[in-house]
Amino acid sequence: MKHVLGHRLTLPAGALLLLVVVNTAARPEFLKIALRDGRIYGALVDILRQSAPLMLVALGMTLVIATRGIDLSVGAVMSVSGAVALTVIDSSGSPGAVSTVLGAILAGMGVALVLGLWNGFLVAVLRIQPIVATLVLMLAGRGVALLITDGFITTVTSDPLEYVANGALVGLPFAFILAMVAVVVVALVERRTALGVLTEAVGINPEASRLAGVRSSGIILSAYAVCAMLSGLAGVVYSSNIMAADANATGEFIELYAILAVVLGRTSLRGGRFSIAGTVLGVLIIQTLQSTMLFVGVSSAQSPLVFAVVVAAVVLFQSPRAHDLARRMRHTRPAGATTTEVAA
Amino acid sequence: MVELRSITVRFPGVLSLDGVDLTVRSGEVHAVMGENGAGKSTLIKALTGVYRIDEGTIRVHGEHRHFGSTRDAQLAGIATVYQEVNLCPNLTVGENVMLGHEPRRRGRIDWAATHATAAVHLAALGLGDIDTKSALDRHPIAVQQLIAISRAMVLESSVLILDEPTSSLDRDEVARLFGVIRELRSKGVAILFVSHFLDQVYEISDRITVLRNGRLVGDYATADLPRGELVTKMIGREIDDLREIARATERDIDRTAEPVLSARGVGRRGAIEPADLDVFDGEVVGLAGLLGSGRSEFARLLCGADGADSGELRVHGRAVRFASPRKAIRHGIVFSSEDRRAEGIVGELSVAENIVLGIRAGRGWFRNIRRAEVDAVVSEFMEALGIRPADPNMLVGNLSGGNQQKVLLARWLATAPELLILDEPTRGIDVGAKADIQRKVADLARDGLSVIFISSELEEVLRLAQRIAVMRDRRRVGELEAARTDVQGLIDYIANAVGDDDLAVGGAVA
Repeated sequence: MKHVLGHRLTLPAGALLLLVVVNTAARPEFLKIALRDGRIYGALVDILRQSAPLMLVALGMTLVIATRGIDLSVGAVMSVSGAVALTVIDSSGSPGAVSTVLGAILAGMGVALVLGLWNGFLVAVLRIQPIVATLVLMLAGRGVALLITDGFITTVTSDPLEYVANGALVGLPFAFILAMVAVVVVALVERRTALGVLTEAVGINPEASRLAGVRSSGIILSAYAVCAMLSGLAGVVYSSNIMAADANATGEFIELYAILAVVLGRTSLRGGRFSIAGTVLGVLIIQTLQSTMLFVGVSSAQSPLVFAVVVAAVVLFQSPRAHDLARRMRHTRPAGATTTEVAA
Repeated sequence: MVELRSITVRFPGVLSLDGVDLTVRSGEVHAVMGENGAGKSTLIKALTGVYRIDEGTIRVHGEHRHFGSTRDAQLAGIATVYQEVNLCPNLTVGENVMLGHEPRRRGRIDWAATHATAAVHLAALGLGDIDTKSALDRHPIAVQQLIAISRAMVLESSVLILDEPTSSLDRDEVARLFGVIRELRSKGVAILFVSHFLDQVYEISDRITVLRNGRLVGDYATADLPRGELVTKMIGREIDDLREIARATERDIDRTAEPVLSARGVGRRGAIEPADLDVFDGEVVGLAGLLGSGRSEFARLLCGADGADSGELRVHGRAVRFASPRKAIRHGIVFSSEDRRAEGIVGELSVAENIVLGIRAGRGWFRNIRRAEVDAVVSEFMEALGIRPADPNMLVGNLSGGNQQKVLLARWLATAPELLILDEPTRGIDVGAKADIQRKVADLARDGLSVIFISSELEEVLRLAQRIAVMRDRRRVGELEAARTDVQGLIDYIANAVGDDDLAVGGAVA
């Protein structure tokens, strides 16, 4: 029991469970899933499907934050990648061909990779503070996306692209499967090779790591590159949802939700130890909360307020000082109260 | 003045201080001695309100006090100057001295009066030559420390705590600091002095309180406590281990073979003038000189930590160029920085991860080490170096300084190096760990490892090294055979030797 309580993911897992319980109490059909035409339908499945873009972005953000960095440009990169991919499909002779869509996705991710290398170059080589370095692209990116789409919202008709958003594989939404494959691949690479530990070492103490022979700059650069590529993929997934590249709406505010997901998953913004499983939980918490608000009827204008409360609660829960205060308050309680607590 | 009675501080699972008493009187310099982990820092932090005490009482001027924060302690007249200066580097000296106590006129700060008052306070401590309008970070760390003391005096503190104030100062600077301390003592300030340097403790202190494993060993008049006895009380056993080490290193080195590392004219503008050095198989070469003489700067060029802009390096006769520490490590040259916290340990990783970090980095990103191999390497070195506590999963940041240093030594030894460059490996660590590390270095050298050993403690350099290169004012001024000199000879050489470059026959063995 103590082992479970002491685990760093107990808190986010508990929060997610609590959200599910509250939702189920409010509307019993929340947990209900139905199998139709070989695919699963239900509120939970919707949450998983909608979580895909944020999952991809937050996954990349986890790696960047682990190196003591932050990437504010993820939303802009999504926008650029979506614009590139849809322009490729739009200008192609056969927009419905699988090869066209695959090529478009690769083109979007390729451009995203270049943008990520730019971010990484600013941070790792020129040693510009990450928040400033990525702010450049955050501001410039959407302009680039608008240039690519000529200022219009590019819409396409393409079955393979629609499959990315609405298709199903082994009964589950394809977009979710795609995001989970990315999660598993990144987790395996990080944890089965030395990369994960080296990333943590660089995040905790970059200079000590460099002197120990770690290629600190390379690790930092690659974190931004991977983050941007995952954001690029997220951009395509988002665009496939609306079958359009909307340079302004794509990935709007997603950098903030991605950071929130990473923090909810107990990865510290000070860098170092990171948890990919924690980020997955963080994303699911955010997505479930969003779905809850939609159901309860909180208007989209007011939903940021609910998130603000959640952020405040999380920050409070994770603050060592708040724990200290709470502990002290318990200690000053009369002895009788403590005994009943133990007895209970 | 200050009386602490049966102070007990507990951390989860650890009894950090167990019923410790401490009395510091007005006009007295009181040293607190003990090995790392003895509870010195905890005691200081309990007295300055950083930690809450679980049991015991604190009296200041006979008055019962309860410190909930560092501010409470400051208001009670207790000021602390830490090893790392706690001032604002980007403000001016005057602003730092007067921070929060600036004279005001019509609600606005009167800057002229602020600087004038600051100058008076500085002059009172013999620091009249400092320009109060200069930025703090333009002064050497030693002067910053003295400025921190001036600030403490502005707060009208009656108790001044100096926590390891001398570990980064050279001899002249220490003398200046001691002058200031004596001045304050004569004014009736009670001074609590924490240091690892025995010489300094005997030079400056009136009384000594000895702690061991969180318990009080005793409170003695310095004059009545011979050094040997003090060391025995601190570590709880007799040691002449250090003398054995000296005998072990008295051996001949074959200097006809190709040197392991040979540097010719290696320098870097603004850091160190071009210098030469050869290190042979199984040889320990000391680098001696005052702080700032270019010892560390030179060592950093030899291992790729910084890039050299002149000169040539050869490893076993083959010319090499180190663009990064990584390259040097591949050639078997490893470097342990003098700044253990900022450039050594990775605090939030475990002891085991810290030990294998060098191996991991060497194998690249995608080749992992098998669990069994990690366990084998970690347990081998933890045992060989006596790392305490013997728990590989503990975060290295929670270890004492001496054990952190051993972890770093383990990290480097695990990469099977040919040349080990140790920059101040024993600074700020306790006597026991110091002896362990010196013994290990001597053993390794006897087994054929080459070592460059940098230390401010000349006894240590003389004990371990066969040959000592002397640095002064960012230049290599000469070389000495350790067997043919002693501490006094070395000091004279550091102070007076004429540089190689000035005199063709210079650098002759004194």
